[in-house]
Amino acid sequence: MCLGIPAKVVERHENIAIVDYGGVTKEVDCSLVPDIKPGEYVIVHAGAIIEKISEKDYEETVEILRELIQVTSNIQSDE
Amino acid sequence: MKQINLVKPFQNRNVSRAIVKKIHDIAKKLLKKGFSEIKIMHVCGTHEHTITYYGLRSLLPNNVNVIAGPGCPVCIVPAREIDEAIKLSKEGIMILTYGDMYRVPGSYESLAQARAKGGKVNIVYGFLDAIKIAKKKREDIVFFGVGFETTAPITAALIFNKKIPDNLSILMSYRITVPAVRYILNNPHNLNGIICPGHVSAIIGAGAWEFISKEYGLPAVVAGFEPIDVLLAILSILKQIYNGNAELVNEYKRVVKWDGNKIAKKYLDKTFRIVDRDWRGIGIIPNSGWLLRDEFEHLDAREKYQVKVDKWIDIKGGCLCADVVLGKAVPTDCPYFGKSCTPQHPIGACMVSSEGTCSIWYKYGGAMIQKIKKSVNTEGI
Ligand code: SF4
Repeated sequence: MCLGIPAKVVERHENIAIVDYGGVTKEVDCSLVPDIKPGEYVIVHAGAIIEKISEKDYEETVEILRELIQVTSNIQSDE
Repeated sequence: MKQINLVKPFQNRNVSRAIVKKIHDIAKKLLKKGFSEIKIMHVCGTHEHTITYYGLRSLLPNNVNVIAGPGCPVCIVPAREIDEAIKLSKEGIMILTYGDMYRVPGSYESLAQARAKGGKVNIVYGFLDAIKIAKKKREDIVFFGVGFETTAPITAALIFNKKIPDNLSILMSYRITVPAVRYILNNPHNLNGIICPGHVSAIIGAGAWEFISKEYGLPAVVAGFEPIDVLLAILSILKQIYNGNAELVNEYKRVVKWDGNKIAKKYLDKTFRIVDRDWRGIGIIPNSGWLLRDEFEHLDAREKYQVKVDKWIDIKGGCLCADVVLGKAVPTDCPYFGKSCTPQHPIGACMVSSEGTCSIWYKYGGAMIQKIKKSVNTEGI
């Protein structure tokens, strides 16, 4: 019930948005994040969008993880 | 925005290995410093799911223990409030509830059992569905409003925006996690750090947890829900312990802002008032619940139907749920775990909800990992 699921916004109608969970689409409420637009990524919780996913912060985190993969390849070759 | 994969980068095996290696390196150093048992508490059922489902405990050094705290909103609703819902359902008022709450035992029975005996109970995915159903039907309907800071704001928003049909009211059972964490830290504990719940923080903001480091001197990390998010949180806490720091770190920046979701917070504030509430088997935690503000009190099902339950039984026959919720016990400490208590025949609430620690351990073998961990040494990954 507390599970927040990442999804992509595909349509927007007033307080309702259609989101795509990777193949499955669902109608959700967007009163808590009124400025969302199609194409943006969000977290959906119990039928409501609770927050946007920031592309900038996502990229930054993934970049740190990429660097970690480099480190791991070194670790593996050391072993 | 281009197509991005929201999950995969945070499940990468090589990255996990690198982080686990770092965790072991630092845990070894901490062991030399005398830290023979480092206890990190998380406060979210979804974190427990990630930890148990991916077997993360088995990857951790023996001197690092991650325990579950009060993270299951269904487990902590007092039996009294379930009894109230059951009473209403038997009086012919339709109760709409989340699936997770449906089978949680009240004092004598669950909503599922009440329905089998003729009680009017149906499962919904969220408050929005409850509104849709209420608009279609003419009868009286009560939505069982259970949840933490993640679930409460949408109810608050729809009430504030006057979207509630006349035949719908709410049985208010919402609880607030921050005071529960404070309660745990105000009582004797042996915790070395806290992993803060990512989606609760998306609403209230990372900053809401700063008191853990500032007032209690413990490292705290707001974390997401993929295995790498949790491993990074553990690593960050261990690093802080090693360096003698206590800070609040936001690992889940891609979703959580420092101030959280201001619109959601505004709705909570304008629609609800904060009150002292009891938690199942635990007792009153100050400022830990929400009730409706005066102007919305007509939507309160307890007022509307004058429902009252005077006697209730929160904990039955030796069930350790309250200790499991407070992180004082793990499911395997309970003699009934997996024996007389299973998800098919639950004794306590923690065995029912998909976010209950007992249920997660039963489904994904948490007990097994506990045994394995006891038998391996601190060195091995
Ligand atoms: S195993 Fe069952 S009886 Fe034991 S603490 Fe968990 S829910 Fe309670």
